[in-house]
Amino acid sequence: MAKLLEVQDLRTQFHTPSGTVHAVDGMSYDVEKGETVAIVGESGCGKSVSALSILRLLPVPSGRIVSGAIRFLGQDLLALGNEDMRAVRGRQIAMVFQEPMTSLNPVLTIGLQLTETMVQHLAISRAESAKRAVAYLQMVGIPEPEQRLKQYPHHLSGGMRQRVMIAMALCCEPTLIIADEPTTALDVTIQAQILELMKGLSQRLGVALILITHNLGVVARYADRVNVMYAGKIIEQGKARDVYRHPRHPYTLGLLRSVPRLDQPRRRQLESIPGQPPDLTRLPNGCAFVPRCGFKVERCALEVPDLVHAANGHGSACWEQERLDKPRGTG
Amino acid sequence: MTGLPESAPAANRPAADAALLDVVGLKKYFPIPQGMVFQRTVAHVKAVDDVSFRLSQGETLGLVGESGCGKTTLGRCILQLERPTAGQIRFEGTNLVELNEQELRPLRQKIQVIFQDPYSALNPRQKIGAIIAEPMKVHSIEPDRRRRRERVNELLSRCGLSPEMAQRYPHEMSGGQRQRVGIARALSTQPALLICDEPVSALDVSIQAQIINLLEELRDAFHLTYLFIAHDLSVVRHLCHRVAVMYLGKIVEMATCDTLYEHPEHPYTQALLSAVPVPDPQVEDSRQRVILTGEVPSPLNPPSGCVFHPRCPMAVASCRHEAPALRETAPGHWVACTEV
Repeated sequence: MAKLLEVQDLRTQFHTPSGTVHAVDGMSYDVEKGETVAIVGESGCGKSVSALSILRLLPVPSGRIVSGAIRFLGQDLLALGNEDMRAVRGRQIAMVFQEPMTSLNPVLTIGLQLTETMVQHLAISRAESAKRAVAYLQMVGIPEPEQRLKQYPHHLSGGMRQRVMIAMALCCEPTLIIADEPTTALDVTIQAQILELMKGLSQRLGVALILITHNLGVVARYADRVNVMYAGKIIEQGKARDVYRHPRHPYTLGLLRSVPRLDQPRRRQLESIPGQPPDLTRLPNGCAFVPRCGFKVERCALEVPDLVHAANGHGSACWEQERLDKPRGTG
Repeated sequence: MTGLPESAPAANRPAADAALLDVVGLKKYFPIPQGMVFQRTVAHVKAVDDVSFRLSQGETLGLVGESGCGKTTLGRCILQLERPTAGQIRFEGTNLVELNEQELRPLRQKIQVIFQDPYSALNPRQKIGAIIAEPMKVHSIEPDRRRRRERVNELLSRCGLSPEMAQRYPHEMSGGQRQRVGIARALSTQPALLICDEPVSALDVSIQAQIINLLEELRDAFHLTYLFIAHDLSVVRHLCHRVAVMYLGKIVEMATCDTLYEHPEHPYTQALLSAVPVPDPQVEDSRQRVILTGEVPSPLNPPSGCVFHPRCPMAVASCRHEAPALRETAPGHWVACTEV
């Protein structure tokens, strides 16, 4: 059976005055129907660009997909013409952005923005689409949906706006939703509400979810599988359980150890990852994590490690991954 | 509520009566004006509404709550960047509220602040060296230029930056480095109390840990007292001795760190803790979750009675008209809820 989404060796670059930024540098992963896949990484690691690449929403002319393939239900999205791509975008693959205030149009009513996509994609009348809009607003837990249709984004709170964004994403019944940091701008209790809602709807409607986030806790709670990104590459991927139990890349291990956890006794000191993420215009020859890595050997600075998978699908791009399996002290 | 007992288990703390900071019945109301010509106040936003707590020398108090709960305003009141509507702020025994600008000046050296966003907290036109030296100039701490430069270098290396950084501009640095500059600047006047307003929330996970460790090191090295304002409950737990939870301008629960995280009593605290996902899928699968319904009401028009009652899973009829007072349920554990 064809995978819902297959990304193969995707490379996206930006041409800037200070050089070519290798934002996504050979990334491969897939998404099955109905599952939740997380892409986790720190700011500037290329996780958002990888999502925009799938929808071909990169800023032109600076951003360009240089090579690779993105197959959605077997069809290569990169080979589609602009018109055909528009039929996929919003209809089959929808997106929820981080900042609900800037992704909603402030001068159009909620109703207009919700019905616009339906009129465009589903060829139904305004009246029919308004009826559906009410149903979707109800589904995402917005009280008095009829009144909301006439309101503007500034009438709503951050959490409510994100609910509207989710309703917009759902209204054309897509098979895949890409959520780029959907709750980063929201408070903890609202974050829990929104993620619980998204996960519930995804399970109920069988919609697959790509969850892009920097929050390791959110990934642990909601994702089936996880891809960890560093400097434009996936450096570790696998089932969330496997990756968290037995991280096989020093970066993942470092990330997991550097967050204080509520379920464990307080430690004297946090283990931090020294140094900073690399400049994506000047990537080193070998593994990009070398300057910050505690497991490095000579080979690491010379050759880029490929993602090598174990039998359970757990992959790591590290020459020394065997050494990480050894029993550890803390963590 | 002046006599809040001290209960943090910090070993290096002196006697309980040596409160460095004593906040009593603090209120900050912002007026909402209406009318073009004849402006009149139609309502008040009660950003901070009758808050009292004590902070002893060397202690770190965490102040947590969601956006708009008044935690930043409270910090700004203590810094006297905001003049409170009512209440007292006693710092080393002096009530800051009664002082004028001139009298406040020498005390401002002693209370410094670290801001959330290291990108907007540093002047983009000043070099790092000048940024760190500025408070020393203002307070004439180190009048000699050469000595001042030495002191800047010392502060830079203390905060994990190389002295060459003094010649750089903020835009040449990463977020983590900028936050280190912010900390170095705050330390330049040798303060006793540091108000840390979300110092790590704008930073990446791997950098957050570096800054948290630095703050911890500096606290031990200089016997600093922190008021640590944050929304990230796991960071607060790591760093603080005591924690106060705020909701809509009020403290709803306050206890030692271990008590609060292990035996939270207020339903809001319980929901907050439950909302924080733990980075471990196995733990998450077996965890019970309290998901709050509804949103934080507007502080312009807060609910009657207990401000939390519309979202509270434990609310009873009396919560709607009776505002619960903060009471001590166990030594050092204060809760504002009638149902616990």
